[in-house]
Amino acid sequence: MTVPLEVRGVRKAFGEKRVLDGVDLAVEPGEIFALVGPSGVGKTTLLRIIAGLEAADEGDVRIGGNGDGRTALGRDIGFVAQRPAVFRRSALENVAYGLRLQGVEDDRAERDAIAALDRMGLADARDAKAWTLSAGEAQRLCFARATVLQPRLLLLDEVTANLDPANVGLLERAVKAYHEETEATILIVTHNLFQARRVAARAGFLFGGRIVEAAEVGAFFSDPKDERTRAFVNGEMPY
Amino acid sequence: MVPRRVLIPILVAALLVAIALPAALPRGREIVLATTTSTEDSGLLDYLLPRFTADTGIHVRVIAVGTGQALELGRRGDADVVLTHAPAKELEFERAGHAAYRRAVMYNYFVLVGPTGDPANGTGPDVYHALRQIVRCLCPFISRGDDSGTHTKELQLWRAAGLVPEPSAWYREAGQGMGATLRIADQLRGYTLSDDGTYYTMADRLDLAVIVSHEPPLLNNYSVMPVNPSTHPDVRFAWADAFAQWLTDAAKGQAFIQSFVVGGRQVFEPNASP
Amino acid sequence: MVDELLGIAGLSLYVAASSTAIASLLGVPLGAVLALREEARGRRPTLTIAKAIVFTLYGMPPVLAGLLVYLLLSKEGPLGALALLFTPTGMILAQVLIITPIVTGVTYSAVASVGRDVKDAAKSLGAKGWTLTATVVEEARLGVLTAVMVGFGRAISEVGAVLIVGGNIRGSTRVLTTAIVLETSRGNFAVAVGLGAFLLVIAFGIFLVLWRLQERGYR
Repeated sequence: MTVPLEVRGVRKAFGEKRVLDGVDLAVEPGEIFALVGPSGVGKTTLLRIIAGLEAADEGDVRIGGNGDGRTALGRDIGFVAQRPAVFRRSALENVAYGLRLQGVEDDRAERDAIAALDRMGLADARDAKAWTLSAGEAQRLCFARATVLQPRLLLLDEVTANLDPANVGLLERAVKAYHEETEATILIVTHNLFQARRVAARAGFLFGGRIVEAAEVGAFFSDPKDERTRAFVNGEMPY
Repeated sequence: MVPRRVLIPILVAALLVAIALPAALPRGREIVLATTTSTEDSGLLDYLLPRFTADTGIHVRVIAVGTGQALELGRRGDADVVLTHAPAKELEFERAGHAAYRRAVMYNYFVLVGPTGDPANGTGPDVYHALRQIVRCLCPFISRGDDSGTHTKELQLWRAAGLVPEPSAWYREAGQGMGATLRIADQLRGYTLSDDGTYYTMADRLDLAVIVSHEPPLLNNYSVMPVNPSTHPDVRFAWADAFAQWLTDAAKGQAFIQSFVVGGRQVFEPNASP
Repeated sequence: MVDELLGIAGLSLYVAASSTAIASLLGVPLGAVLALREEARGRRPTLTIAKAIVFTLYGMPPVLAGLLVYLLLSKEGPLGALALLFTPTGMILAQVLIITPIVTGVTYSAVASVGRDVKDAAKSLGAKGWTLTATVVEEARLGVLTAVMVGFGRAISEVGAVLIVGGNIRGSTRVLTTAIVLETSRGNFAVAVGLGAFLLVIAFGIFLVLWRLQERGYR
């Protein structure tokens, strides 16, 4: 039911700039894994490659272990970006979008969408035009939109980065609730170390194009093995 | 609410029908007449054609363009009948086999017009004198410059007068229709050759006067040529022929041409041979 | 007189609206696909050439397009058998050739401006192929509406092509713009200006409607 994620030897360059240089990452099925690192190090690029939105120059991404490979985006992989990318329609239509694509009949799609909105505290905003929502509401909307499809692998790219504490809390609780409900594998990119500790079981540090260190979240933060990780965790590395 | 998937193809289909329909509907009896702008501008066709249609039930769709283009339309078979006033070009057209026949319809005179006050002193024994006077004073002369019947006549006159004007400060080629050319002549206080119909229609808005007219060299002959069905099988010859016959019929087209009057003046003199 | 004027105005609207509709049906998907392909595959020679053609055709002189269509539809031309010369249908064909590049180009710009995040979101939710294109076009719908408005503006003001292909025949292919040319050539400036004013009023009416549509997309 729940899927492991394996990334092997992924390399990606943009022109001359080598962003990812041999990334190896293994996420256990049903695990919440936090990926941390300084700004611009390539976290978003890696996430987009895993999501299938960008192609790696070299390397391999396996979802589901036995060479399942690229399972259909939308059915099994959910992706929420850093800035809320809402569609120019009502909140309800946003959430129902993926369901309709899957051929779910109108009634059920609407019901499921309404339920998802309710879970994210957006019941009142059901018919509001998505572009009129606040940043926090919009991001909650994007989360609802992605998770209503019950993806087995959920990729979250700094989803609370620009939000106020109330919304940060709301979203973190939603992530945990989704995880409990579905046992999905969740990869969450964040530069908020406290968030990583609150939400994840394991954490990994991306730096210099590679995963420098990965460990259980407690050990990762209290006793990092690599000096670069230590510098980052202690706030000595420039953001 | 009809689903978009169904609605869009329906709208597209409706759109295509709306566009194709007018062209697909069976058209009544009609012919395309290619003629010159000056002929249409004289107002003669607005007077004649309704009478022709009332008489025969044939509708005439008029394309008024330059002489060259009118004959080209005939050459291509895009027009069923041609009415022009450029004898040399018409003979060429006939010789090339594009005309079923050529028949004279009517004539009037070209007029040499110039600024009131006649700075070149063109008034004199004949048009050739006038042209020489214009060259002598290098007074502005505006040519149609568009291979039209009027332009062809103008060049003939220069040749016969022994002169070869070239585009210069005084000899300007307008490259446009008669109305526009007259207005340029008016603005620049220059001379020009015009068909009398267009001139008289615009006379009260222009500061130009007739310098020379009603001389044999200034004769402006109009002929009608139905396009040859042997070389252009798609033309509607029967109706085009009916038109040409009606136009040259003393009791019909010819009589109406005689009675066509603008501002008290008879504009054309019918001259079809009986 | 009024009858004739209404007839001419009606034909102007019919020809311009039809051409714009067809040009939009062709140009909007084309522009969208061009933008999406370019985003997915980066700079490729075929895409660059396609863009170059579209933008060059922005500058297609309508009178040239008219001449080319005339040669196509002439009895001597390849499509002469269709008997579309000197008909509104032929005029629409000529205008479609002129307007489609414009609608394509403006749509391309509108779609290319849709944020990558939004396209990613759609893809991540399972959209691909024509569904993805349709979603992106809907996101860019305000820009697409602009493309249509620009196309219509060009169509209703166009004179060169409709003059050559239509022939300005009284009662069947005379439109407001060709009537203006005629009245101007006859020196009837007052009438010509009047016709022009009438055309602008009609254009204003149409744009008012389209503008209200666009407004709703913002509120």
